[in-house]
Amino acid sequence: MTVPLLSLQGLTKAYPGVVANDTVSFDIGEGEVHALLGENGAGKSTLVKMIYGLVKPDSGKMLLRGQPYEPAEPRQARADGIAMVFQHFSLFDALNVAENIALGMENPPEMRDLAARIREVSETYGLPLDPYRTVGDLSAGERQRVEIIRCLLQDPKLLIMDEPTSVLTPQEVEILFKTLQKLQSEGTSILYISHKLEEIRTLCDHATILRLGKNVGECTPSETSARDMAEMMVGSTLQTPERGSREFGEVAMDISGLSVPAPSAFGTALKNVHLTVRKGEILGIGGVAGNGQDELLGVLSGETLTEPDAVKLHGQPIGKLGPTARRKLGVLAAPEERLGHAAAPDMSLTENAMLTGSVREGLEKNGFLDWGATKDFAERIIKAFDVRTPGPGNAARSLSGGNLQKFVIGREVLQDPDVLVVNQPTWGVDAAAAASIRQSLLDLAAKGAAVICISQDLDELMEISDSFAALNEGRLSAPREAAGLTVDEIGLMMGGAHGMEVAHV
Amino acid sequence: MIRLEKRPQPSRAWSMATPLVAVIATMIVGGLLFAALGKPPVEAIRTIFWEPLFGEFSFYYRPQLLVKGAPLVLIAIGLSLGFRAGIWNIGAEGQYIMGAIFGAGAGLAFYPSESFLIFPFMVLAGAFGGWIWAMIPAILKTRFGTNEILVSLMLVYVAEQFLASVSLGLLKNPEGFGFPGSRNLQSWDAAHNAELLTGTGMHWGVVAALIAVIFAYVLLNRHMTGYHIRLTGEAPRAAKFAGVNPTRLVLFCLGTSGALAGLAGLFEVSGPSGQISIDFNVGYGFTAIIVAFLGRLHPVGILLAGGLMALTYIGGDIAQSNLQLPAAAIQVFQGMLLFFLLAFDLLTNFRIAIGKPEVA
Repeated sequence: MTVPLLSLQGLTKAYPGVVANDTVSFDIGEGEVHALLGENGAGKSTLVKMIYGLVKPDSGKMLLRGQPYEPAEPRQARADGIAMVFQHFSLFDALNVAENIALGMENPPEMRDLAARIREVSETYGLPLDPYRTVGDLSAGERQRVEIIRCLLQDPKLLIMDEPTSVLTPQEVEILFKTLQKLQSEGTSILYISHKLEEIRTLCDHATILRLGKNVGECTPSETSARDMAEMMVGSTLQTPERGSREFGEVAMDISGLSVPAPSAFGTALKNVHLTVRKGEILGIGGVAGNGQDELLGVLSGETLTEPDAVKLHGQPIGKLGPTARRKLGVLAAPEERLGHAAAPDMSLTENAMLTGSVREGLEKNGFLDWGATKDFAERIIKAFDVRTPGPGNAARSLSGGNLQKFVIGREVLQDPDVLVVNQPTWGVDAAAAASIRQSLLDLAAKGAAVICISQDLDELMEISDSFAALNEGRLSAPREAAGLTVDEIGLMMGGAHGMEVAHV
Repeated sequence: MIRLEKRPQPSRAWSMATPLVAVIATMIVGGLLFAALGKPPVEAIRTIFWEPLFGEFSFYYRPQLLVKGAPLVLIAIGLSLGFRAGIWNIGAEGQYIMGAIFGAGAGLAFYPSESFLIFPFMVLAGAFGGWIWAMIPAILKTRFGTNEILVSLMLVYVAEQFLASVSLGLLKNPEGFGFPGSRNLQSWDAAHNAELLTGTGMHWGVVAALIAVIFAYVLLNRHMTGYHIRLTGEAPRAAKFAGVNPTRLVLFCLGTSGALAGLAGLFEVSGPSGQISIDFNVGYGFTAIIVAFLGRLHPVGILLAGGLMALTYIGGDIAQSNLQLPAAAIQVFQGMLLFFLLAFDLLTNFRIAIGKPEVA
């Protein structure tokens, strides 16, 4: 019997109040692409942090090629041939590719030699990259290449990838997969973390599924249906949101020929955006992060003011109206960034309910605040959206990301909007809660509201939207009917491979 | 290894306890400092904290507490509104001077009328003087994006020059034998901010300070403007999302703090000080910044902090004269208080954990 590359045996790690990993055991074979599946909070991140030496396990052991392996810090893990590409890039925008890579090395070689090696490695693996380009100018996919190449320069035996495709267009995903397959054919093992099941089915040889910190099962992805894997992840039967057939009414919101300069040096300018959404319609807006999503939400919510005629509600110009005036008219929004934008971290949930609820819920009279009514409103949100918290007096920052997201979406949905704009409504939310948020958006549309859903999760958009458009470098593609769109077409609307050369592996 | 761990939410118990813990720590370390200077530590601490309140001459010192505390509280309340929203008015001293000049000037224009309208008119003029002086940094900030810290601070020095100029010119007492300084308002009944109850130190400025405390409390806890102020301070982007108009907020916060500082100046010039003179201002506007933070920007806290600050000033003076403590030691003692308060304040949001750090 062959010795596995890395064998995890009974790893346990507890944090105050939660057991992140409970006696998790599995093996990763040589040259195997191993998927680690699980919902948010299932303990995937903690597990890979233990492998990468960022976190020390409470008990259990790891064997690397049969030898005990106890990395005290990432440097040691790297020395033992384990590399990791994080979900969030740690790159400096103002430096070029080679400089960024040199910063992460123990003994960086001469810049010229390093650049030559970057070129060599990047071409071998079909990830063309110019070492002298400034990182700030790169697309998300290209930035990820920088991180991958940084790892490949160490010649790793095990490459850990944390949700690598969440920032990529379908075409970019395809390029990445070719690279990973080439690495695999050369004998490198890959530990691939994701909750995108179709990806795992095409790429991975073996999958381990975590739920609430425990290893709840293993499977061979290519022989298991996505639905079965999802149910193993969730531990119960999945509710698919139901969409009844709906009649669309008249145009509710209308943007025509809108251009807005970039708010900051690394922001995105909106260029000639046209958009209409009818009553009862859900317009899905896809696109890779950083292509103008925040800016578009700002224009719709009233945080960014424009020419009056650029944004119209039921034919009336509202471009010059601020957020409060728009809320009065029934235009509500839920921004992507929960802490600091949608909610104030140190304020209680009651105070955060006041943040957008004051006008429509009648929480304010002549400037004076009715905290009793606000607390009731916060409690209604907590109840209706199953927000897990001891009570409305708790600070927003004490809630987990998913719970706060439910609160933020619930706060807007319960105010009965005519037009609701949401950005990344289910980001970081577990599958069951995501399904209920999507259901609430569908219910809202069924009652005749117009919904604009900006999201990077294409599966989500396909599930709920009636029409689909994509943002790419601040331009919005012409909306198309969502039913019948293929992945390739969506990818092209999102900007294809963003001008990245297709891999020649 | 000792390290700090962020609490999931601010600890209420610590937020109440820190001022007390800070005062105790100041007493201990201050006592050590006095002992090192060869003075009896317990005696010195007792002199500072006990003597003004309950000592032999407390009948004289107690009114002084109100006289010194009132302008500090009045100014600090105004400053705290802006500080909460991240709008930094450092120039309350200048607004205090301008309030005194405008108020005294408005009154003296009608000298020697004995109309009962003169004092109310002076109050309005004093508030206006402070307000208009604060509007300069406010408008420069909202129109041209200048830094209100620098502009408001530099306007203090402009106001001081202006004070010297009117003391020597426009407002100089025509019957003052050529000495700089205005007529003494204490000897003109219509303009005199006299004690409301003789021997208590209670004058209109004290009343105004108490009203300001209540006003600020209601504003911050029950009114939309106060909610917007807190929201802007805690999460500026969320405030914008909530519909806060930053321009209006800057004008409101700077305007209110300016008007309150102006009022403090007017009550001082028409009461305890009595006249406009070159050395009229003694630093209330700057000390109020400390008071605002010592009271953790909370109205009730500021009321207590103003009292405590006045106490250490008066007690410090007594200790200087009775125990021959150097003035510098008293200043170190006062600085220590602020230092300990800010240091212990950390424990509201963090807890001390002992053990190996971990990346979670």
